[in-house]
Amino acid sequence: MPEPVANEAGARAAGAGPVLSRADVAPGSDGSRTPLLDVRNLRKHYPIKRGLLSRTVGHVRAVDDVSFQVHDGEILSLVGESGCGKTTTAKCVLRAVDPTSGEVLFRLPDGQVVDMAKLREPELQPLRSQMQLVFQDPFGSLNPRMNLLDIIGEPLLVHGVTDRRKRMDRVAELLTLVGLRPEYMHRYPHAFSGGQRQRVVIARALALEPRLVVADEAVSALDVSVQAQILNLLLDLQRRLDLSYLFVAHDLSIVKHISHRVAVMYVGKVVELAPTEELFHRPKHPYTSALMQAVPVPDPDKRAALRGLTGEVANPANPPSGCYFHPRCKFATDVCRAETPALREVAPGHQVACHRAEELTLPGIDDLEKVA
Amino acid sequence: MVFVTQPTPTTPRPAPQAGPARGRSETPVLSVRGLKTHFKLDEGVVRAVDGVSFDLYPGEVVGIVGESGCGKSITMKSILRLLQPPGRIVDGEIVYRRPEPSGDSRKRHKPFEADLAKLPPQGRRMREVRGGDIALIPQEPMASFSPLHTIGDQIVEAIRLHEPMPASRAREVAIEKLREVGMPSPEQRFSAYSWQLSGGLRQRAIIAMALACNPSVLIADEPTTAIDVTTQAQVLELIKRLQAEHGSSILFITHDLGVIAQMADHVVVMYLGKVMEQGPVSGIFHRPRHPYTRALLKSIPSLHSEPRVALPTIAGSIPHPLHRPTGCAFHPRCPDFMPGKCDVRTPALHSPDGGPPVACFLHHDVAEEGVNRA
Repeated sequence: MPEPVANEAGARAAGAGPVLSRADVAPGSDGSRTPLLDVRNLRKHYPIKRGLLSRTVGHVRAVDDVSFQVHDGEILSLVGESGCGKTTTAKCVLRAVDPTSGEVLFRLPDGQVVDMAKLREPELQPLRSQMQLVFQDPFGSLNPRMNLLDIIGEPLLVHGVTDRRKRMDRVAELLTLVGLRPEYMHRYPHAFSGGQRQRVVIARALALEPRLVVADEAVSALDVSVQAQILNLLLDLQRRLDLSYLFVAHDLSIVKHISHRVAVMYVGKVVELAPTEELFHRPKHPYTSALMQAVPVPDPDKRAALRGLTGEVANPANPPSGCYFHPRCKFATDVCRAETPALREVAPGHQVACHRAEELTLPGIDDLEKVA
Repeated sequence: MVFVTQPTPTTPRPAPQAGPARGRSETPVLSVRGLKTHFKLDEGVVRAVDGVSFDLYPGEVVGIVGESGCGKSITMKSILRLLQPPGRIVDGEIVYRRPEPSGDSRKRHKPFEADLAKLPPQGRRMREVRGGDIALIPQEPMASFSPLHTIGDQIVEAIRLHEPMPASRAREVAIEKLREVGMPSPEQRFSAYSWQLSGGLRQRAIIAMALACNPSVLIADEPTTAIDVTTQAQVLELIKRLQAEHGSSILFITHDLGVIAQMADHVVVMYLGKVMEQGPVSGIFHRPRHPYTRALLKSIPSLHSEPRVALPTIAGSIPHPLHRPTGCAFHPRCPDFMPGKCDVRTPALHSPDGGPPVACFLHHDVAEEGVNRA
């Protein structure tokens, strides 16, 4: 890796941004105790406007009081069904959309912590190199009129690498890193398959040496045989470059495979957050358990009645009272209908938002296996 | 060296475990033989479906599994004769045998047997079969309903197209079908527009429409790809239940191996327009014979696999349809590639030992005649 462009940019920004705290210890040793990303009480509400005067008649609570942390070298997955707010959360973290309230605390390479949610655009711009995005659809996210050199080189150009020669060297290096031949840099996206295009998207995301990569359904548009290649590449890059991922996905098998920790979202809220093994073996929220029960197991001998959930996902503009999940939950009681459960820790590192988390024993993937 | 002139017929299958109505001794309701559907383009000929054979028996679920470009959807369109030019069936048979009407059927049509590939696509017979005998559950329910008409009116239209009956009677049938697929308050939903329904309900409505004329064959083309996992579970359970109740035969097209394992009795694995292997579902998943099937099964992460270890992958990517490899289409990505053999001759779909047929030289030495002959 050449001299990181990112550190330079980070240092520039550090002076500008509102500095909240400074980790006293050198990064790398004890500094890793401060999380790389600390999202606190994040909210994103979209107003619903009606009538001639466009009065606001309500809000779609796309993201509603979400908190989580991503540590150095960690892969945290956000999982949930469509409309649960996982993508909006990721976009708020990247400041692709402006959050309504809450904090997005990000630790810079020198140990300073800035609140990305509060920064104004000019202050934000130099920090953007630190967080990059891998999109879902590699056919929609690459400009067909630009060759790979321009596509992967563009972030470098934006962040001040004006020397074309230098850009070419870096692009060649990046292409090699993601398993493509450097000669390809003069070709256009149409010449590549879906898997190769996704490699290009990853190369572009890594061009500025980010420390956090947000992968939004990065493998879900790919064919099965190619999916494994890209998952392997993402895991390999994570280890080699010590990256952190915020991995947004809906496929539980993939989430289980790739993540260190998993946050399950439902109607804009995190309902359960736990280390991967803990979550899959000992789920504490009925929704998490229901999600696992609904995954079709690729084994014809383990044909079980696929247990879906009854009813529909709640409307985030008009959510039900109490726990948002209660109309679909078979364990719901009066307290569930009346009070919204808070996310609380029930075991070390295992947070859950369910009134009955302690008393319920819910089936995890081990129980899935038993069903023959 | 042995050459076979005819595409190898599929072997008779032992009766699957469950279901009383599933006799393998019966004649298949749908037999596809050596189907070839090609697209003649300026750049060359895309052989989207290139010699596909399989049988669908009464009361059976046959799963067609494959990745993009394998020809699974073109096979579906060929069967229903919905191909758009320049797509054309250049060879092969699609024999449909309409069974005797069962007791509960409203249909008074006589049984018949016809090669759908030979019928004019716009002709009376084909229009009768399409929707009446063979119905489709499409992938995108949003795109399949007209947003300008209520779902009820669209189902009524489908019913009256195939069976002349008064509108009031058709309305009753439509409501009954909506109830059958678990649509809550079907009388009200009859007057709903597709965009007023959630994804799961929309998929139920489209299934009601597919079932409206009591078809004997249902083709489900990736019916749950566009919906969430908990809704997918509901829809799959619904299809299972309806299949058990009606004893209809289902051709289930998907790329999702988990769904195939849960739904199919018999599996056809396709790659680049050809059948790589086919057989009973347990054999395909527990004793896969083709290197492609083996690699595909290994490459999917499961809920029980070791986390964060490198998954076994299939090298390379799916070739461009215009740059089809010579010989076996899978040879450039195959771990067991035998130079001078796999890249020269195309293996035929052949059962070496009376077992399920497989198109691979690891198992036999039977090549397709005339293709890339050495």
